[in-house]
Amino acid sequence: MFELLFFSLLNGIVTGLLLFMLASGLTLIFSMMGVLNFAHASFYMLGAYFAYTISLYVGFWPGLIIAPILVGLFGALVERYGLRYVHRWGHVAELIFTFGLAFLIEEVVQFIWGKDTKAYHEPEILQFALFTVFGQDFPAYKAFMLLISIGIFIMLLMILTRSRVGLIIQAAITKPNMTAMLGHNVPLVFMGVFGVGSALAGLAGVIAGPALGTFPGMAVVLGSIVFVIVVVGGLGSLGGAFVASLIIGLLQTFAIALDYSVSDLLAVFSITTEADSALRDLWTLSLPQVAPILPYLLLVLILIFRPTGLFGKRET
Amino acid sequence: MSEIANTQTGEISAPFAKRFGPWIFLAVALIVLPLIFSSNIAVYTMNLMGIFIIFALSYNMLLGQGGMLSFGHAVYFGLGGFMSVHFMNYIEYEVVVLPMFMLPIFGGIIGLVFAIIVGSFSTRRAGTVFAMISLGIGELIAASSLIFVAFFGGEEGVSGDRTMGPVIMDVDFAQDIEVYYLIAAWAFVTIALMYLFSRTPMGRMANAVRDNDERAEFIGYSQRKVRFISFCASGFFAGIAGGLFAINFEIVTEENLNALTSGVVLLMTYIGGVGFFIGPIVGAVVFTLLQTVLSNHTEIWQLYVGVMFVLTVMYVPQGLTGIMAMHIPAYRMKRLSGLVVPYIKAGIPTILMLSGIVSFLEMVHHVRAAALGETMMSLIGIEFDTHTVMPWVISGVLAVVGGYLTKSQMPQLREAWEQANAPLDSGEGASS
Repeated sequence: MFELLFFSLLNGIVTGLLLFMLASGLTLIFSMMGVLNFAHASFYMLGAYFAYTISLYVGFWPGLIIAPILVGLFGALVERYGLRYVHRWGHVAELIFTFGLAFLIEEVVQFIWGKDTKAYHEPEILQFALFTVFGQDFPAYKAFMLLISIGIFIMLLMILTRSRVGLIIQAAITKPNMTAMLGHNVPLVFMGVFGVGSALAGLAGVIAGPALGTFPGMAVVLGSIVFVIVVVGGLGSLGGAFVASLIIGLLQTFAIALDYSVSDLLAVFSITTEADSALRDLWTLSLPQVAPILPYLLLVLILIFRPTGLFGKRET
Repeated sequence: MSEIANTQTGEISAPFAKRFGPWIFLAVALIVLPLIFSSNIAVYTMNLMGIFIIFALSYNMLLGQGGMLSFGHAVYFGLGGFMSVHFMNYIEYEVVVLPMFMLPIFGGIIGLVFAIIVGSFSTRRAGTVFAMISLGIGELIAASSLIFVAFFGGEEGVSGDRTMGPVIMDVDFAQDIEVYYLIAAWAFVTIALMYLFSRTPMGRMANAVRDNDERAEFIGYSQRKVRFISFCASGFFAGIAGGLFAINFEIVTEENLNALTSGVVLLMTYIGGVGFFIGPIVGAVVFTLLQTVLSNHTEIWQLYVGVMFVLTVMYVPQGLTGIMAMHIPAYRMKRLSGLVVPYIKAGIPTILMLSGIVSFLEMVHHVRAAALGETMMSLIGIEFDTHTVMPWVISGVLAVVGGYLTKSQMPQLREAWEQANAPLDSGEGASS
């Protein structure tokens, strides 16, 4: 039991921190522009595919640097020539634009790289078991993912709270007009934050590609989950996104690891059910089965009872 | 207010032909169409069209008329379909005695019931919160559909047999054409109902809440109630569309209520134009045509649809119907003929450019996807070898020359457009 808990905890934290890398960019972009970027997970996918292509020629490590930069540049272009143009049609059009972009990027990825899963692997230097407890290996690559995610989190926190750039970004988020009056180029700040947010998503893709697989559906798999995190954590709250990422990461790994079902619960109270009743699926429901719907259940409940999210201060 | 009053009095005094003309035209078109396009594939396409028209119109009750952006509208469509297919099986096993053509009503009812449940908490706000709740509910139901096998049938879905119902007037729905007339009848009724709904004070208030919810509140309407009623009506009609889908295909699966279907309905509604009642109809027709015709000719049709969608959102947010509506002022002033020549002049190079780009994409796709050693491909009947230089040069030249010529024609086109839309000397029609 303890071994199960230990590994679920570790895996949950790895997943959670990976999700945070996506969610941090998304929540910053949201608090800036008031637009939830549907294409954010597509940037994550692009990161993985770029890194895969780069790794074919020069190996994993240069891809770790180059791919996020490319994705960041692409994101900045999307903001400059896409979102800023669509802004004139209003928020709903912006939301639909990012939705269409996500659809388009998936099609383009299928067009360029094909529909099959790409053989994008972790570098050989990280292909060993870091430690073995209770007879189970913990791969070094997961530790590497953990390290990168924590490093990014600390760096982001430092930049946003301790540096001049961070101050200007925070000012531009809360009072864009006033910041512009003071002589700062607010559109440039927006473009920069959008680019950096996309680059972070790209980086997440680079390091998640080998672990979770590089295939055209990878954006859809993670896309809605990242939304859940941003909304649950509170729109525009970085700390909230962090907590929510960990919650969702742990929730998913634990729900899969702990194999309990409703019938177990009923057995505790010694209630018996008919095997062929219309509700039979309800009685045999098990935790791993409901694991995929838990985040959405959380999302809907949060939106109903606490629309500001866990740590958010404002509603949208 | 004055505008509403004007249009109302205008309608009442409008002559019979103007008021009922479009409806008579629609009815005649629905009856005559299968006589003109009688092949199997055409009837299949039109069946799908009818279903999507109802679905897209119900979606536009939210997005266009109510200002609610939903990412989970397929839930009501899919649930309606599942309910109908279950009733189809009940009829077959004679649990209930019902004529088959009544099925969509049950689809509509479950759509309505679910819309009441979801709408009771999701319509509190429009905007991002509503969009997120709809997304969450959509994912929730789609994921649950794989868990609750008794109702949703798991991955293979639920299937039925539409021919097993009681035979009324020799119609047992064994032929697709019989299903076509059923769908056409339902489409006519639901289009009329949805149009009438948009004309009721309730429909007008939905527009008011969309435009400015605060002001609507100050007038004394509860924005939440207005949204809730629109939402329920929309769920009802989506359920009817789902019921027709069940009759047409005799199978409903998880795919019919997942995020992809929700995305498709958003796509066709938006391409058609959300600002007009007929917009979703145009969108559904165009999308179905693209889906059935284009997918016969190319494997990458979804790429084209995606490009088209993004371009629509960026440059013509009014949609295809909006482009048509832009020509109404010029038409009223009888200056449309002045636009024909510039359109042809700009259109030919544009077609050249597009054919260049499309052939380039098709060749790239062919080189990547074709079996090893198979280098010949055909485009619009022309056979050529993709591993030679010539086709690439031709497509490149087409794209570049076409693009250049299109660009050089643009100033002339703009000038002609402004001339056609310049206010009349008397100032009449300038404001419209």
